[in-house]
Amino acid sequence: MATNDESKKVRKLQVRRFKPEENPEKHYLNEEKGLWAWMTTVDHKKIGLMYLGSIVFFFFVAGVLALLLRTELLTPARSFMDADMYNQVFTLHGAIMIFFFLVPSVPAVLGNFILPLQLGAKDVAFPRLNLASYYIYVIGALFTLFAIFTGGVDTGWTFYTPYSSTTSGGNIMAMTFGIFILGFSSILTGINFMVTIHKMRSPGITWNKLPLNLWGLYATSIIQILATPVLAITLLLLTMERMLSIGIFDPAIGGDPVLYQHFFWFYSHPAVYIMIVPGFGIISEVISTFSRKVIFGYWAIALSSLAIAFIGFLVWGHHMFTAGQSSLANMVFSFLTFLVGIPTGIKIFNWLATMYKGSIDLKTPMVYALVFLFLFTIGGFTGIMLGALAVDIHLHDTYYVVAHFHYVMMGGMVMAFLAGLHYWWPKMFGKMYSEFWAKITCAVIFVGFNMTFLPQFVMGAQGMPRRYFNYIDQFQSFHQFSTIGAYIMGVGFVMMAAYMIHSLVKGKPASSNPWGSRALEWQTSSPVPLHNFEHTPVIINGPYDYHKPMSEFQLGIAAKHGHHHAEEEVAVKVSKQEKE
Amino acid sequence: MSQPSAVEEKLEHLQHHFIDSDQQFEASKLGMWIFLVTEILFFGGLFAAYIVYRSWYPELYLLASEELDVFWGAVNTFVLIGSSLTVAMAIRSAQLNQIRGLIINLWITIGLAVTFMVIKYFEYAEKIEKGILPGAHYSYDGIAHEKANIFFSIYYMMTGLHGIHVLVGIGLMVWLVFKAKKKVFHSGYYTPVEITGLYWHLVDVIWIFLFPLLYLID
Amino acid sequence: MLPPAKSTTAAETDALFHFITSVSLILLLGITIAIVYFAWKYRRRSEDDVTPVITHNSTLEITWSVIPLILVMIVFGWGLTGYMNLTTPPDDAYEIRVVAKSWLWEFHYQNGHVSVNEMHVPVDRPVKLVMSSDDVIHSLYIPDYRVKMDVLPNRYTSLWFEATEIGESVIYCAEYCGTAHSNMLATAHVHSQEDFEIWLETAGAEDDDMDPVARGEQLVTRNACDTCHSSDGTRLQGPTFQGLFGSEREMEDGEIVVADENYIRESILEPNARITAGYQPVMPSYAGTLDDRQIDAIIEYIKTLE
Repeated sequence: MATNDESKKVRKLQVRRFKPEENPEKHYLNEEKGLWAWMTTVDHKKIGLMYLGSIVFFFFVAGVLALLLRTELLTPARSFMDADMYNQVFTLHGAIMIFFFLVPSVPAVLGNFILPLQLGAKDVAFPRLNLASYYIYVIGALFTLFAIFTGGVDTGWTFYTPYSSTTSGGNIMAMTFGIFILGFSSILTGINFMVTIHKMRSPGITWNKLPLNLWGLYATSIIQILATPVLAITLLLLTMERMLSIGIFDPAIGGDPVLYQHFFWFYSHPAVYIMIVPGFGIISEVISTFSRKVIFGYWAIALSSLAIAFIGFLVWGHHMFTAGQSSLANMVFSFLTFLVGIPTGIKIFNWLATMYKGSIDLKTPMVYALVFLFLFTIGGFTGIMLGALAVDIHLHDTYYVVAHFHYVMMGGMVMAFLAGLHYWWPKMFGKMYSEFWAKITCAVIFVGFNMTFLPQFVMGAQGMPRRYFNYIDQFQSFHQFSTIGAYIMGVGFVMMAAYMIHSLVKGKPASSNPWGSRALEWQTSSPVPLHNFEHTPVIINGPYDYHKPMSEFQLGIAAKHGHHHAEEEVAVKVSKQEKE
Repeated sequence: MSQPSAVEEKLEHLQHHFIDSDQQFEASKLGMWIFLVTEILFFGGLFAAYIVYRSWYPELYLLASEELDVFWGAVNTFVLIGSSLTVAMAIRSAQLNQIRGLIINLWITIGLAVTFMVIKYFEYAEKIEKGILPGAHYSYDGIAHEKANIFFSIYYMMTGLHGIHVLVGIGLMVWLVFKAKKKVFHSGYYTPVEITGLYWHLVDVIWIFLFPLLYLID
Repeated sequence: MLPPAKSTTAAETDALFHFITSVSLILLLGITIAIVYFAWKYRRRSEDDVTPVITHNSTLEITWSVIPLILVMIVFGWGLTGYMNLTTPPDDAYEIRVVAKSWLWEFHYQNGHVSVNEMHVPVDRPVKLVMSSDDVIHSLYIPDYRVKMDVLPNRYTSLWFEATEIGESVIYCAEYCGTAHSNMLATAHVHSQEDFEIWLETAGAEDDDMDPVARGEQLVTRNACDTCHSSDGTRLQGPTFQGLFGSEREMEDGEIVVADENYIRESILEPNARITAGYQPVMPSYAGTLDDRQIDAIIEYIKTLE
């Protein structure tokens, strides 16, 4: 699919430079007014913001649940809630964080906002489908909230049978059905992005000039498209199990519970990559921009995302080393698990190499990216530990696993999301935030995060199982330390909410390209005009070619009834846009 | 057949964010193909369950499939294959600007789809009367295998989910008929007909797999 | 970081754990130093900084792909060897049947004796546990021995270990199994060979001549009744024993039952036949675990809790 025969397919386009208008009067936030216009908008940017509002809501709900859990764990026995309540709270913390925050966060919020801009397109390929995806997400969320208020769920976010098919506690049917619906939101977003990347690229954006953020989203879309339907059918079967007792997973009727685990992890392991791979894309953008340097190993980073997406489908069994599958299966899954670690490691070295001899500006997004590098590396190494068969037998289902996936999900994915949010915030709202408070907050979250989860590695190694309401006394000091860390992290996120709201209300206006990036989304106004670009952008350089002058990144063809302020015209050779 | 650019005078169908009709048509078609991939994986979960249980209990499948009526299954197979043909003819009519032919072919397809569902209804009714119900509700004692209920859980899930897809297809084609009557489609724009056709072929293909896997085991 | 190693296989697991931890720490330190050093050394001096165009470097990239690959393959092989040891019990292993129920562990010995939430094993002799569950999935985990295996309702799973020290170790349930998951603990008691033989012979009989009430109290603890039933009026997963005997109980279906000897006996042997209003049908059956004399003793004990 790559074009090495660029020189052959050349067409000449009459282009000229379009400098973005600074602080425009009219932009996507104010051109259409009123609640109804927002709710029925098909504009990808507004849909992105509606997702942002929703996931922030769920992040705070699930975050508060996490603080309740940590508070309960201050003492070895009951502190303030009983065991059933505790079980419901950890289930909801996990389910909400994963299905309502982590999975949609980068693709649906930042992806929606940025993807068409980076392609120079006016919108995604199917704008109405995009809006439908959002409402499907909302309906799924309403089912879940309904489940919470009609008894809750106490199965853990993994819904393992036969516990989930037989327990009388709570409203599991509403919950699983809600997540079943939610899956379609994810699938449709994936389809939309994939078609958009294939069919909506501006002239000159060949596969080797595609921003790495889009390679990340492309790989993510593949996983969403291939894995999510399997989750959907699994949860449908589980819903049927509870509604009609069909018995495929319930041993009491003749079914097999381990089959459920295979089905579940066939989605849920790739789902981990749905969460983290778009994060890789963001980190590539941020590190290159703030090092003001060509990204090192463009193809290595792009292809390693695809490699992770594909190998990621073959490693689900490493969640089941103690579940009673054959030794051969365990061996194969362990081997493949190590293979998937290699492309991940390659990325980390590429990012470091990009910083080498750069011109590094430690603005907030870059600080988050470096925090990501550190925390995600720890998450990766502890993943190697858990992939080693003999050691995993000891560590499986302990706090070591809990700490590991929080380092990957929160230390990796959430830090990448925050890097992206701070990076594109000026583009989204046309306002700057306080650099000082943003860095202080980042430090608070970093300290709180490590205080929360480092002790959990120790507890896990010593044998503290996860999902425990009561625990033996020897772990109390670790748990208390961890709880204090969680409070500090909570304070950090409240601070973030405060300076972000301040930025929205009283922030200084942002210029169109405050970071001096070469990427296409920065070559239009902040905030973005309703239809993104008033012209059709034409791309002749890669998005990280910092050795070329800015003027070469702002070329385009005027729209039919477009601009009057003519600049000098230049003829540029561009490769033909591929159609495949 | 993917070159609709012959008639370009009518452009109301072109959405603002596409450059031209070609781009819009290509995008919609690619989107539908990817959607069909997700559909295959969706059914793939059930096929996986089918394969796993079949490898554990091969004799169960031999016994239980005898309860399924090969004759009516075969009739339904022909009905669906016929409907795939008529939907292809509908697309052909749209390409040739023959709106009347388009509408007639869509009605025939709808008729065949309804026939399929009616036959399916009688098959279900006959089993339910015997007590062949999924999972825990199974009460038929004509099959000497303790896991017969699981076979029928899989049978009902697979054919039921397929049936829902047939119903969705019927709904889409009724909608196409209404649109066609309003003269929305012409040889320059028939994307919805084309992608509904793709969907319908998938529904057909899935049945072509279900029929031998469930009915023709020996 | 790890708990004391008390089995023959623990040392190898620990060695691998420490190997991975050390290599990871060295690499993490290197990466962190690089991040901090680059961020300081190449900090932006002016807006006009010009950076070199370095798009890739094949030698470097192959190096940093191959070296990690070699490292993880070492870890893979090492982990696999250890795992193979963990899944291949010696032929002469002493076999114990383990039955998991929500929320207790039963250990059935070869002479027919059953102990609940206490596992007695001889030192320096391989022991193989053959396990199954009566309800949902559980997982038997002994951190001191570095062993863990899920316990499933529709098949047998097994694990083995050889304890190297006389003493006690904690046994956890590691697979989430509902309300009292975190109370589903047991203790591994490791005896010398002789003491183990003595325990096996006398364990079933030792309390026969005790006073029924004291014996009942002991049985309530030993059989983990007190995980869910308090003796002081506290509400746990099941109704309290305090004031139970002779009281009128309202059942889930509205029926009123007097809690007499027959009711308690039925509740122990067929717990889900009648459920007290406001509670869940979650208690496992004790049929085959407790004999009639033991049930008598428990009833005598409950009678004393007024």
